[in-house]
Amino acid sequence: MRWINKTPGRPFALFLTVLPFVLLMIIYAMGSDARRAANPADKLLPPPSQLVDTAARLVSEPDRRSGEILFWKDTASSLRRLAIGVGLAASLGLAFGLLIGLLPVAHAGLNSFVAVISMVPPLAILPILFIVFGLGELSKVALITIGITPFLIRDLSARTAELPSEQIIKAQTLGASSLAIALRVALPQILPRLIQAVRLSLGPAWLFLIAAEAIASEDGLGYRIFLVRRYLAMDVILTYVAWITLIAFVLDWCLARLSRRLFPWAEAA
Amino acid sequence: MGFVTVEHVSQKYGKRPILDNVSLEVAEGAFISIVGASGCGKSTFLRLLLDQERPTRGEIRVDGIPLQGEPNRSRGIVFQRYSTFPHMTVRDNLVAAEGLGANLLGILPRARRQSARARANAALERIGLAHVADQYPATLSGGMQQRLAIAQALAAKPRILLLDEPFGALDPGTRERMHDFLQDLRAETNMTVFMVTHDLSEAFKLGDRVLAFDKVRWDPQFPDAYGATITYDFDARDGGIPYQILKEDTYVLDPAGS
Repeated sequence: MRWINKTPGRPFALFLTVLPFVLLMIIYAMGSDARRAANPADKLLPPPSQLVDTAARLVSEPDRRSGEILFWKDTASSLRRLAIGVGLAASLGLAFGLLIGLLPVAHAGLNSFVAVISMVPPLAILPILFIVFGLGELSKVALITIGITPFLIRDLSARTAELPSEQIIKAQTLGASSLAIALRVALPQILPRLIQAVRLSLGPAWLFLIAAEAIASEDGLGYRIFLVRRYLAMDVILTYVAWITLIAFVLDWCLARLSRRLFPWAEAA
Repeated sequence: MGFVTVEHVSQKYGKRPILDNVSLEVAEGAFISIVGASGCGKSTFLRLLLDQERPTRGEIRVDGIPLQGEPNRSRGIVFQRYSTFPHMTVRDNLVAAEGLGANLLGILPRARRQSARARANAALERIGLAHVADQYPATLSGGMQQRLAIAQALAAKPRILLLDEPFGALDPGTRERMHDFLQDLRAETNMTVFMVTHDLSEAFKLGDRVLAFDKVRWDPQFPDAYGATITYDFDARDGGIPYQILKEDTYVLDPAGS
């Protein structure tokens, strides 16, 4: 039988799913053990037990100076920046995507411009953002928005243009105005694509967030990681990395669920 | 003078002629079937009637008024596929036929929504889709989707209905039932219908007239050199017998000498 036709049974599939995670943990534990056998004071690969202790301390013990639990404060700050940045980008992407996808005039005027702008590496203009917007919240949000908006516009305008022309013509024969076609025919069909595109752009959004926080910030998950790097506090860094990964995964999962809940017709098609 | 007048219409895509000097008069309420080989301009002709495209030469008038340059409510269309809105339920597809053109936003005012829903329900009852009113079109069979598409086009009360191979993707049994459905609807309204089809028996069964599109000149070295035009115009009432009148400017020998 060909390999492309071999399907694992359910238990075996579950085993294969769990396998790489377990392997990674085993390799880490072995590495940690080996290093600590050579040097008991090794900080590079702290043992799993220490990671658990650190995580427990981070999520429960308030900071001695401010009295706040920094872990949650960092999480809240980072998530707020991410939400504003991604929300702004999604709104812009949706509005311009619909315009460019539906209106030949907007397509002629903006399509090439967006294509060129999307090639500007966002991190290269981060210094400009710091100079223009200062080191506050605005520059971090701006980096996320500038970083992912061009992708969203390009993806959504392409999806809008892909709508069967039969539907657009049908709507016209039913007397719909351009605005009515945009709002009642194109927009509802583009929303599931928007969620899909946002899911894809969450990765880059995190990248831009952490980069901006690492360079200039007073709190945030990225800020903390780059701060404790100076003390080689690998246990803190690894806890934060695991936490960011978990948040990103849950966000992605929630968006997928939301899309299926809100747009059942997209599943049927 | 006819209701729909097509005068010396030619259509070229770039340098490639598709239609060449097509002229036609159609009376109000007539059912016109359009047949012909693939790529001979049947669908192009339908797009011209719909005003989705402008002809490179000639003019099309409906009720004496030239077409305005874009589709509107006076001419409904049913395509072979994608004619319904996938994100609306079956009932909402019919309500949208009234709502999309209600105002600039395409949203029916609350006062009219109730009556529009009632009309949609009545229409669904008639076309036998009442039991799937709250489902999405994608869950329906091909025949049901086409019934919905036709009902949707008719809900806007167009004076002309254009059908682009509407039953092309259906199995023979469903197709038969769709013919009955369409004939029932026609009996109630005085719509003028243009239907493009590949099925000759369907064309003669439903149509009052059957137009055949073909190229009258053919260059074997350069097949794209000439466009197509109407080569036959059959009277198809009573299944086309015995009224088959050859068009005067046909290039086929005229045995009757008429």
